[in-house]
Amino acid sequence: MSDSNGPPSRASRIWLRPIAVWCLLVLLALASLDAAYRPFHELTTPLNLAIAAVMVVLLWLYLMDLIGSDALVRLIAAAGLLWLSFMFALTLSDYLFRPCETPSGRPSAFCVAHNGYGRVF
Amino acid sequence: MTDVAIAGVPRPGLPPSAGEGREGASYLSAGHTLLSWLTTTDHKRIAILYAVSITIFFFIGGIAIALLRLELVVPHGLFLTSEAYNRLFSLHGIIMVWFFLVPSIPGTMGNFLLPLMIGARDVAFPRLNLLSWYLYVFAAAFAVYALVSGGVDTGWTFYTPFSTNYATGYVIAAAAGVFVSGFSSIATGVNFIATAHMLRAPGMTWFRLPLFVWAMYTVSMVMVLATPVLAMSLLLIIAERAFGLPIFDSARGGDPILFQHLFWFYSHPAVYIMILPAMGVVSEVIPCFARKTIFGYAFMVYALITIAVIGFMVWGHHMFVAGQSPVANLVFSFLSFIVAVPSAIKVFNWTATLHRGSITFEAPMIYALGFVGLFTIGGLTGLFVASVPIDIHATDTYFVIAHFHFIMVGGTVSAYMAGLHFWWPKVTGRMYSEPWARFAAITTFLGFNATFLPQFVMGWIGMPRRYHYYPDIFQPWHVMSSVGALILAVGYILPLVYFGWSLIFGRRAPANPWNATGLEWQTSSPPPKENFHRIPHVDAEPYAYYESGQTSPADGRPSFQPQGRTA
Amino acid sequence: MSDVNAALREPWSDLRRQREGVTVGIWLFIVSEVLFFGTLFLGYGVYRSLYPEAFRIAGAQTEVFYGSVNLLLLLTSSAAMTIAVDASRQEMRRITIICLALTILLGAGFLLCKGLEYRDDIAKGLLPGAYFPLRPPQTQLFWAFYWVMTSVHAIHLATGLVVVGVLASLLWRHTLPIQTPAIQGVATYWHFVDTVWIIIFPLLYLVGRS
Repeated sequence: MSDSNGPPSRASRIWLRPIAVWCLLVLLALASLDAAYRPFHELTTPLNLAIAAVMVVLLWLYLMDLIGSDALVRLIAAAGLLWLSFMFALTLSDYLFRPCETPSGRPSAFCVAHNGYGRVF
Repeated sequence: MTDVAIAGVPRPGLPPSAGEGREGASYLSAGHTLLSWLTTTDHKRIAILYAVSITIFFFIGGIAIALLRLELVVPHGLFLTSEAYNRLFSLHGIIMVWFFLVPSIPGTMGNFLLPLMIGARDVAFPRLNLLSWYLYVFAAAFAVYALVSGGVDTGWTFYTPFSTNYATGYVIAAAAGVFVSGFSSIATGVNFIATAHMLRAPGMTWFRLPLFVWAMYTVSMVMVLATPVLAMSLLLIIAERAFGLPIFDSARGGDPILFQHLFWFYSHPAVYIMILPAMGVVSEVIPCFARKTIFGYAFMVYALITIAVIGFMVWGHHMFVAGQSPVANLVFSFLSFIVAVPSAIKVFNWTATLHRGSITFEAPMIYALGFVGLFTIGGLTGLFVASVPIDIHATDTYFVIAHFHFIMVGGTVSAYMAGLHFWWPKVTGRMYSEPWARFAAITTFLGFNATFLPQFVMGWIGMPRRYHYYPDIFQPWHVMSSVGALILAVGYILPLVYFGWSLIFGRRAPANPWNATGLEWQTSSPPPKENFHRIPHVDAEPYAYYESGQTSPADGRPSFQPQGRTA
Repeated sequence: MSDVNAALREPWSDLRRQREGVTVGIWLFIVSEVLFFGTLFLGYGVYRSLYPEAFRIAGAQTEVFYGSVNLLLLLTSSAAMTIAVDASRQEMRRITIICLALTILLGAGFLLCKGLEYRDDIAKGLLPGAYFPLRPPQTQLFWAFYWVMTSVHAIHLATGLVVVGVLASLLWRHTLPIQTPAIQGVATYWHFVDTVWIIIFPLLYLVGRS
């Protein structure tokens, strides 16, 4: 096969989408960075993580090409996230519900509610 | 009967010796040098590499526990220091779990049979397969060297803060060895899943697959998803121990229970890594020696999948008294009861397969029947400890030890032996001595029960696990258990003798000595390097055990008539 | 296409099927890596929810400049890898190799920044232990996760660089044909390395900034 780049329409097929997605990702990254310095208080982290999640979705769908992949590949990717959610949910079922007082009445160290987020449960 | 070879059904009228392999044409003769074995990418040879390695590790782990059972016949120590005692039970657990049970059936029978059963020439990534063996054998050898020379006394569970801050010994080396061996598991899992999806022969639809293939597929799911969490847990222990990075250090806010969450997130699915392949083997052996199709094939498949999925959601039942929240206790207990249901369905279905079958008691069948009974006891006692109040009494006692040995030894090792005997003729091209094999099977069954039934009792009346010295009242139980262990050991050593003998003097095996269904029996014993001279086309259901000459029902499902041998 | 056969491996009967198989295989590996890093994120999440104030104090000490530069470097390298894969599918050998080389350059830049950053962190004494400069003690948990997360990520990235380098050299020397499924597999791995950094970035660099 020749090493030529081919006609422009063929070349644009390989440049356009990655560059477009790259622009979006960079914008989102800068937005996240900016948001971190604004006084959003408790909303900062959820916002940053949400932006990161959107970036990951864009990366996975368009740069890792999940959108053009077989159903099997998409299922495998989804399974990874699903299993991760099992691990998080069930572990949090421990930490979110740890008693905030020891049986003798003293405050317990491993209590999510005590530490500045207000009473969670 | 049409003239077309219907894969999975022994052709009527042909003597069993048809298709008998001449060893000159088999995979065993394709290269005689050690190097040809060590650089092979043939899944059948890799299976044998695994088999040799796991056998060696099995006996090392077995010697460790033999020493312990000997030590425990007296309440206050016979010839071991307490330090040595702790190191020996840790060695036993680490080797048996990671270097024997986890790779056992998948590495040996999975590797050998998966391509054959689906009608493929090899696994999807043969070089990755060889890499998986190298990762395993070097990591395991490294870890065992560390365990034997310096020793680790944390138990196979590596709980913090003991493992990170207080244990002397080679914790980092042992953890590193286990860490690397985990990648062998992941590689095997990736290979098997890709193979099952991409390399099935024409006509081999998902619901025509033997249950052993389904078992390999589901166990691969578990290996890929669970093992990395173990890897990270061990890495964090190493980071804390080697670099002083506080992850689980309570003085700086760390939570030792977090380690237990991360560790058991893998280690509970690990027990399903050990049992799912065993269930797959039993599902192959029982229909063959009952001459009857498996009862409830579809539910057997769904049960395997359900176990593999729900098995990831129950790990907290190892931590009921560790200090996790009451909500977590409730959730994990509930889910642990749920996960018993698909296993029970499988036991019902094996039993229903036997019902009105034409049962014969060859060695594989004895082991498989033993599996069904012993796994049931193990599973029922699992329900005991899945209940939080009962677990508060039974946890960290010999009751738990007996429970998991009924599953892992009474279950998995029995199934491993069943499969070893069932497929020995196919792998080696030789028949083993049936009388000796039956004797060994019965010996292990009796020895196993003599070893572990007393442990239920002594655990229930209060004997803690991992204790070197114990109160005198437990001594009779320990003695019973140790005598049983001696019998069990005899049962495990015998196969070395008669299998070894068969390799040299055994009668040459025909292609299908058991008249079993399945594509692996449609090629010679031992198979040629490329598995099949011609890739078969599949158009029959699995486990089509019915009388030759009898036309199948209009819907294509085999009848349930009990059958005798065709030839 | 005689050189296509150089890419075909046993037991695959045709290259298209092999390519699909490699895709399935590499994604299964990615899933295992998701669980691997996910464990770290879970540990971080648990401790963050237990000690938010300590994490705020500790997080303010990370070098957000290096972290952001590294994020941009990796995002660009992902774009380059995607172009490499698409170019290889169009059998544009030169562009493929150039993009692989660009990826290596950007990845090496990442490691350089990381090295400079580690030097600064060590100079500030941010190694958990007896001489840790911050209070309360739970700030050391944050920094323990910092060191573990970033070094495990860096090891993955360095490994990826080696693999991309080997791939580029094999393509350059015509040992592997441009149709090899390996390009797609390597690219998927590389994108995963980028994914991990996208998640690490807010966890380690955007904490306690406001």
